Amino acid sequence: MGLLDQKFDNSNIVITSMDNLLNWARLSSLWGMQFGLACCAIEMMATGASHYDLDRFGTFFRGTPRQSDVMIVAGTVTLKMASRIKVLYDQMSEPRYVISMGSCSNCGGPYWEHGYHVLKGVDRIIPVDVYVPGCPPRPEALMEGLLKLQEKIRSESLARKQSA
Amino acid sequence: MTAQTLSDMLRARFGDAVTGGKLEGVHDPWIAIAPGRARDICALLRDDPATAFDVLMCLSGMDYGGGKLGVVYHLDSTTQHHRIVLKTEVTAADPHVASVESVWKTANWHEREAFDLFGVVFDGHPDLRRILMPDDWEGFPLRKDFRVPEFYNGMKVPY
Repeated sequence: MGLLDQKFDNSNIVITSMDNLLNWARLSSLWGMQFGLACCAIEMMATGASHYDLDRFGTFFRGTPRQSDVMIVAGTVTLKMASRIKVLYDQMSEPRYVISMGSCSNCGGPYWEHGYHVLKGVDRIIPVDVYVPGCPPRPEALMEGLLKLQEKIRSESLARKQSA
Repeated sequence: MTAQTLSDMLRARFGDAVTGGKLEGVHDPWIAIAPGRARDICALLRDDPATAFDVLMCLSGMDYGGGKLGVVYHLDSTTQHHRIVLKTEVTAADPHVASVESVWKTANWHEREAFDLFGVVFDGHPDLRRILMPDDWEGFPLRKDFRVPEFYNGMKVPY
């Protein structure tokens, strides 16, 4: 993640200040990639609309993975779509994060038992940072997922983690 | 036009291509037709002004079990205000049915779906390929003997 990430052995005042600045910058302007696949897309649109505004978190949706920081996988991931998701995820530049929204992209959802065409969870093909449960999750739940991702970003560091 | 009149008319025109049906005691009377003559029968049903079936409401594939597949056509007439159901039956070993795509254009996608999910081959269809499943999928999912594959392109399919 970046040229300087985790290259430093110990934290010092310069690194921690850079950490704070970089993390604040990254979490305050998380540009999301529009990736509504099914019903969760409706809830994602509702979250982005005026009542539960996502723009106040600095998030607005971009149409291309090249300009996005976070991919919110909202909806059922079919096997036909899964290869395309992998291609798009590979096209995102780092630092990149994935929020899995809804039951279908968490674990296959209601199609877990008989869905011959459904990928049981998008984490079978890409690494997921935050899982938001629900079918579909309410807009407040998606916003909590976004805030949890922001907390995760806040705790990242340029310094290498001390191994226990 | 009642279902009995319709069935009599078809029997008079096509003889043994009409192989039965159930016209009484059901909400939707149905007529069984031979799969190879489906286009001719449907073209007559659309063009004859007495029947005037100008809408194909639905074309569905069926798996009756025991290696028997079928196609069910639901026809509607907006001018004569009557409906009829046609049914054909084929075997899984030789699943060929005449395509009615030249009669009603909506059958283009309906027949692609029946091909994709049941494996019924429609002779005369201009573009018969999968429509819902991925292009390199193996098997016909809605058949009764379909087994879910363990892996597809490196992804584990079962839960």
